[in-house]
Amino acid sequence: MTASSVYLRRRIVNVVALVASACATLLGLVFLAWILWTTLKSGLGAITPHLFTRITAYADQGGLSNAIVGSLIMDVMALLICAPIGVLAGTFLAEYANRTRLGATIRFLNDILLSAPSIVLGLFVYVIVVLPMSSLTNGSVSFSGFAGSVALALIGLPVIVRTTDEMLQLVPGTLREATLSLGIPQWKMTIQVLMRAATSGIVTGVLLALARLAGETAPLLFTAFGNNFMTVHPLDKMESLPVAIYQYTNDPSPDLHAIAWAGALLITLFVLALSLLTRMLFSRHKVRYD
Amino acid sequence: MPSTPITNLATDAEQRSRRDARHDAWFRTLLKCCALLVLATLLGAALSTLWGGREVLFKDGFHFLTSDSWNPVTDDYGALAPIFGTLVTSLIALVLAVPVSFGIALFLTEIAPNWLRGPVATAIELLASIPSIIYGMWGLFVFVPFMASIEPALSDTLGKLPLVGNLFQGPPMGLGLLTAGIVLAVMILPFICSVMREVFQTVPTRLKESSYALGSTTWEVVWDIVLPYTRSAVIGGIFLGLGRALGETMAVTFVLGNAYDLSGSLLMPGTSISSSIANEFNEAVGTHRSALIALGFLLFVVTFIVLLIARLMLRRLSRKEGN
Repeated sequence: MTASSVYLRRRIVNVVALVASACATLLGLVFLAWILWTTLKSGLGAITPHLFTRITAYADQGGLSNAIVGSLIMDVMALLICAPIGVLAGTFLAEYANRTRLGATIRFLNDILLSAPSIVLGLFVYVIVVLPMSSLTNGSVSFSGFAGSVALALIGLPVIVRTTDEMLQLVPGTLREATLSLGIPQWKMTIQVLMRAATSGIVTGVLLALARLAGETAPLLFTAFGNNFMTVHPLDKMESLPVAIYQYTNDPSPDLHAIAWAGALLITLFVLALSLLTRMLFSRHKVRYD
Repeated sequence: MPSTPITNLATDAEQRSRRDARHDAWFRTLLKCCALLVLATLLGAALSTLWGGREVLFKDGFHFLTSDSWNPVTDDYGALAPIFGTLVTSLIALVLAVPVSFGIALFLTEIAPNWLRGPVATAIELLASIPSIIYGMWGLFVFVPFMASIEPALSDTLGKLPLVGNLFQGPPMGLGLLTAGIVLAVMILPFICSVMREVFQTVPTRLKESSYALGSTTWEVVWDIVLPYTRSAVIGGIFLGLGRALGETMAVTFVLGNAYDLSGSLLMPGTSISSSIANEFNEAVGTHRSALIALGFLLFVVTFIVLLIARLMLRRLSRKEGN
């Protein structure tokens, strides 16, 4: 084999590999476009005024108003639970346990919780919230919007812990030294100086968590259950958009499929808008500290 | 009387610093409790599913793990079929997603012009933020009919091959292990891809430039320099994707067909741990419910181990970076 034929072979292998990698990218983009296009096309056609004014009890003549309200309530309650806990836990990791073994362990396990299967977290909440509430109240309260929010909070928690931890570590050390040298106690410094400096990063984390938990279905099935009527009481069974979509998709009726697509479009738009928004916030944030 | 204010000042300062120290200790304890909640969640998820599944797991745990029957009428439960479905679909997903993710990461770090990198990377990451229920719907209403239309062709071509032929024989229903595997592959692709892209960027430029200077082609630089340098993190990324695939529920529930079979063909319907739980939990009572929670425990243990390996592998590279 001559040198030029070896060179030719290497060139050919190279070109084939590069073309294959461009094709792989194209394939990924095709799937994204395919999914978004289907959702947009089927969803837009099914958006009617009834969608926002009628409850799911009307079935194919109905809408998703109780599901939308239920989702909003549970998402907000979940954030109210996981945002303070997550921010404080992230602060502990960044400010108090940054180089300790405990900190490293928690950080490591938090990363695992980040990709743990959400359905198991749903089972966990079923066992620790739904069952005890049911036996405490003799069965009058079992599945509830509250239990659903706890399950969603567990999904959002690791996201907030991680971003808070990372964002606080980006705050320059000189800021800490300057504050402490004024005789300000550490807790005051943490809240009034460090958290303020990292505000946009922490908000990014909360929004990321919201984007993550807003689309979750599996853990809600056996915590919030579902409810064909409008309710705002956190101890009632509560409908949510993802669960309504799940039930309608399982139904053979094409009219219900159309409503499910409309709901799917609402969730997808909400989640994609949130992730693009956080991306913008995040890039601005990076510029400030890098 | 100049001495009084001075002593007052001193005791004031002393009191204040004592008070500050006390508040600091409280604050620290509060933060620590919140951080420990993360540990409590993981531990609690394991223990509560173990407790919920005790009836099945402790009564005859070995039978539960090895039996392929799933019969709510006779209350006889075996986890083999769901475990089989979970492993097979996740494996298909990995086989398909790893080369594609590698291709995309290669494209984004070495080939694409700079102006294209940002938008394409964002688009691929958007795949990760689409909720899994949307994947499930799209899978059922769009992708299943599509697969049903190409499956006869698959059976005629791949099905004729020796050894692997039987995997592609079966009725062209669209539903089944292969379809679920492909939908999962699309779902985990952005996770594997973003890890690969990130670690490819950590390869020192001088290493790559040295290789180019010796006359390597782009492909040779990636295959012989970049990939060996980042090997452990790439494997970590793959395991991260595997962890996602194992636990994914909504995307597979619709397209798997929900059949408790151990089938030799990828075109046949099956079930997975997560889809069994999602499908049956709300109708299940007694032992049936306990069996489903026990399945949840198995899933948690398996994904925990996979994710543990993933994170350990990923950590090795960040150590290397630190040196």
